[in-house]
Amino acid sequence: MALLAIEDLSVGFAREGRFARVIPGLTYGVEAGETLGIVGESGSGKSVHALALLGLLPQPPGRILGGRAVFDGHDLLAMSEARLRDLRGGRIGMIFQDPMTALNPVLTIGRQIAEPLMRHKAMSMRQALDRAADLLALVGIRDGARRLSQYPHEFSGGMRQRVMIAIAISCEPALLIADEPTTALDVTVQGQILDLMAELRDRLRMTMVWITHDMGVVAGIADTIQVMYAGRIMERGPVDAVFANPRSAYTYGLLQSLPHGSRPPGGRLMQIPGCPPDMFAPPPGDPFAPRNPFATPRCHVEAPPLRPVPDSVPGHMVAAWYDLPRLLA
Amino acid sequence: MTAPLLRVEGLRRHYASGGGLFGRARYVTRAVDDVSFDVMPGETLGLVGESGSGKSTTGRLVMGLEEPDAGRVVFDGTDLTSLSSSQRKPFRRRMQIVFQDPYAALNPRMRVGDFVQEPLLVHGAEAGPDRVAALFRTVGLDPAFMQRYPHEFSGGQRQRIGIARAIALRPQFLVADEPITALDVSIQAQIVNLFQDLQESMGLALLFIAHDLSMVRYLCSRVAVMLRGRIVEMGPTEAVFGDARHPYTQALLSAVPIPDPAHERGRKRLAFDAGGYAFPPAAALRDLGGGHFVLMGEAA
Amino acid sequence: MREVWRALTRRSGWLGLLGATLLVVLVLLAIFGPWLDLPDPTRTNLRARMVAPTLSWFSLGAHPLGTDQLGRDILSRIIAGSRVTLMVAGAAVLLGGVLGTLLGLISGYFGGWVDRILMRLVDIQLALPLMLLALMVVAALGPSLRNLVGVLALVSWVRYARIVRGQVLAVREREFVQSARAIGASHPRIILRHILPNVLTPALVVATLELARVIVLEAGLSFLGLGIQPPDPSWGRMLADGRTYISSAWWIITFPGLALMLTVLAVNLLGDWLRDFFDPRLAVR
Ligand SMILES: Nc1ncnc2c1ncn2[C@@H]1O[C@H](COP(=O)(O)OP(=O)(O)O)[C@@H](O)[C@H]1O
Ligand SMILES: Nc1ncnc2c1ncn2[C@@H]1O[C@H](COP(=O)(O)OP(=O)(O)O)[C@@H](O)[C@H]1O
Ligand code: SF4
Ligand SMILES: [Mg+2]
Ligand SMILES: [Mg+2]
Repeated sequence: MALLAIEDLSVGFAREGRFARVIPGLTYGVEAGETLGIVGESGSGKSVHALALLGLLPQPPGRILGGRAVFDGHDLLAMSEARLRDLRGGRIGMIFQDPMTALNPVLTIGRQIAEPLMRHKAMSMRQALDRAADLLALVGIRDGARRLSQYPHEFSGGMRQRVMIAIAISCEPALLIADEPTTALDVTVQGQILDLMAELRDRLRMTMVWITHDMGVVAGIADTIQVMYAGRIMERGPVDAVFANPRSAYTYGLLQSLPHGSRPPGGRLMQIPGCPPDMFAPPPGDPFAPRNPFATPRCHVEAPPLRPVPDSVPGHMVAAWYDLPRLLA
Repeated sequence: MTAPLLRVEGLRRHYASGGGLFGRARYVTRAVDDVSFDVMPGETLGLVGESGSGKSTTGRLVMGLEEPDAGRVVFDGTDLTSLSSSQRKPFRRRMQIVFQDPYAALNPRMRVGDFVQEPLLVHGAEAGPDRVAALFRTVGLDPAFMQRYPHEFSGGQRQRIGIARAIALRPQFLVADEPITALDVSIQAQIVNLFQDLQESMGLALLFIAHDLSMVRYLCSRVAVMLRGRIVEMGPTEAVFGDARHPYTQALLSAVPIPDPAHERGRKRLAFDAGGYAFPPAAALRDLGGGHFVLMGEAA
Repeated sequence: MREVWRALTRRSGWLGLLGATLLVVLVLLAIFGPWLDLPDPTRTNLRARMVAPTLSWFSLGAHPLGTDQLGRDILSRIIAGSRVTLMVAGAAVLLGGVLGTLLGLISGYFGGWVDRILMRLVDIQLALPLMLLALMVVAALGPSLRNLVGVLALVSWVRYARIVRGQVLAVREREFVQSARAIGASHPRIILRHILPNVLTPALVVATLELARVIVLEAGLSFLGLGIQPPDPSWGRMLADGRTYISSAWWIITFPGLALMLTVLAVNLLGDWLRDFFDPRLAVR
């Protein structure tokens, strides 16, 4: 059974009297124990949809236009703010891109880790701080007991992200939503965090939604990849199938535009022409069609639905009117 | 063998911070510490390392945007560090820089056409609208955009504008300070291809500062790895990527995510504590042969 | 500019719009006053001293806002006074603004000892009471229109210098300025083409707020007899003269006071709005 099921979630933004449906109707599910990797370039609605289902979307300018997000049998979108607050930081953990803005600069790290424990697990301050020290050890921060009394600025970027992770997993959430948690970090630190997360996930049996724009990161951490563009799912499926056999021209373009090894003499990277659409004036039809060399006339007028790929593994789905392997052959 | 276009020798820049009015500075950041390298005409040298390792400072020192505490920057046989700013001006048209943040790199109050034209005016070169339009076309922009202001452009377009300005005077050498880091994945390839085209058509030499090691491997013929202000390893790209000798380089390479699930599942990342690492005493770059250098202590 | 207009006409901008409208009306009145066919503001008429205000606008020779102790028409004096007041204040703000902005640019851009000296001067001047400073200078140089403008400019340049310097420090580090240095652009070019346009908006905000301050200051100096000299009408003078008759002829002091208040209010509304309009962006940049 899906732990999280999003049905026809639709989100818009109003700006200067204009309105954009940045997510026109999103449907997907995450099975218990699964790690879903969501990729897509900036502006594709990754953050907005996550904020919307956590009840954290700033409204206005944002507006949830409809849909459901069923977590554990309850619709998050229909829930009272008080119940949502109980879930967030409790059964649902969150990690965001910028640890400096997500941590409170005037509270000690210990306080910030202890707070959700006191709130959701009814621990005393004493118990919570003890647990916080354990958690710091768990995320690989040595000398945790001493560091509890330090402030965020005394930690490096990678350390702060570890603290964020400690906070997010403190109440052993069933679902962890991570929005580009390693994008601002150095490669080596990113690697450590990825290893740590994979280990914690297995240990705590967490379900994860991991948002990133890095194909390499998804390849490492996710079971399922979901490629988004302009608020839509272009393709999704088991990572092996999608990486080996992409069926959306967008996925294909993203993978092909990455360098492999060193440049052969005269070689060029395959590039996706153009740039992402202006969501205030989206193209009709498939939003990727104007940049898609494989687009059929139909792509320009009618957006394709997300359908199973007939000759691939179960769960591999694509939104395309064309058959990519045939076109490439 | 041809002479290097750029030779950097023993470059050093330390920042003092935390000092009071009278007291001595409390911390000294060794942003760049005894850095030396060469760039051949038309060559691309990659400069990689964690953030704060001194890559941008090196770029600024090479460009003379900042004065080094010690060391020399020799361009085409001339020591730039000994020149006055007016003596340096002719060299400004031969070396240029492209910045990381496409939002901060353009003057928000200046039409982009004027921005691209400015270096031509400053150096008294032919600066007519046709010349500027040609530059726009070179970097893949519609010259009709010349009259617009930066806020009307996307990140990738802004980076193209920055590149058009940098190549306006047909420089021989370009510092590209993380020019694709802030761009979308689908746009990065466009800009890398643009750099490559420019290099082929203009014979441009590049100091390509980057985060993304896969891209460095793809684009650069040689690579230098920086750690806390020092170059710890340098050599032909394939030698460094294929046979990394310094533990930091090894850790760095072991951490690069590869878009291949099977490969990722089998990966083993090497640990390296960049902050705690102690440079061996009397460490210096030593040649392993074939121009592959590694920072090593005396005994090693 | 379009953006400014759109923001002004939004609902949250109505106070700013009110200020702007009032100010425009005032300036138009000041400019076209002489064509309004009003009585000569300096002509005395001892037979019509302290005539009370009357509402009959169109009756010939009437004084809608009454006359003063010498029988001069108050409405025409207020309008004529607005010319002087706005001219003096405008000139002072312009002069002080240009001077302050220039020094702020130099101070922030070059730094070093130039910066230290200039900023010490600013600190000293900000610590002195303005009125005292103005009084000292006028007392030393003697009252005249030119001196008045000079004094007012002198007391207002520091605020521009300070704000502009702070902005320059931020803009100076941005990459397009480095890029200008990398192409070998001269200091004047960098300052004028790259830095000035990016610090101009905060300077403009300061200018509107300063305008209000300077108007009040000018009225104060004139009130003390150190500003605009008789028989030229000025609001400060009118207030000073009317003071004696406050119990017998309230209108002599009330209407110029009201005009002063409205003007300052208008300028302040506009200035506050401008500051709010630009501030969030300044914080982000
Ligand atoms: N506060 C906001 N006001 C207006 N538009 C917004 C706001 N936040 C996000 N958007 C728009 O919503 C779309 C999706 O943004 P986002 O979810 O942040 O993208 P991603 O996380 O995939 O990079 C974009 O087109 C963006 O411009
Ligand atoms: N103007 C400066 N003043 C003080 N410290 C600086 C300054 N510029 C850079 N640094 C410090 O020097 C080090 C190297 O910085 P930088 O060259 O920007 O690194 P990189 O580009 O590799 O990320 C960092 O520790 C940084 O904080
Ligand atoms: S940048 Fe300034 S001048 Fe240009 S449109 Fe915006 S408000 Fe108007
Ligand atoms: Mg995002
Ligand atoms: Mg840098």
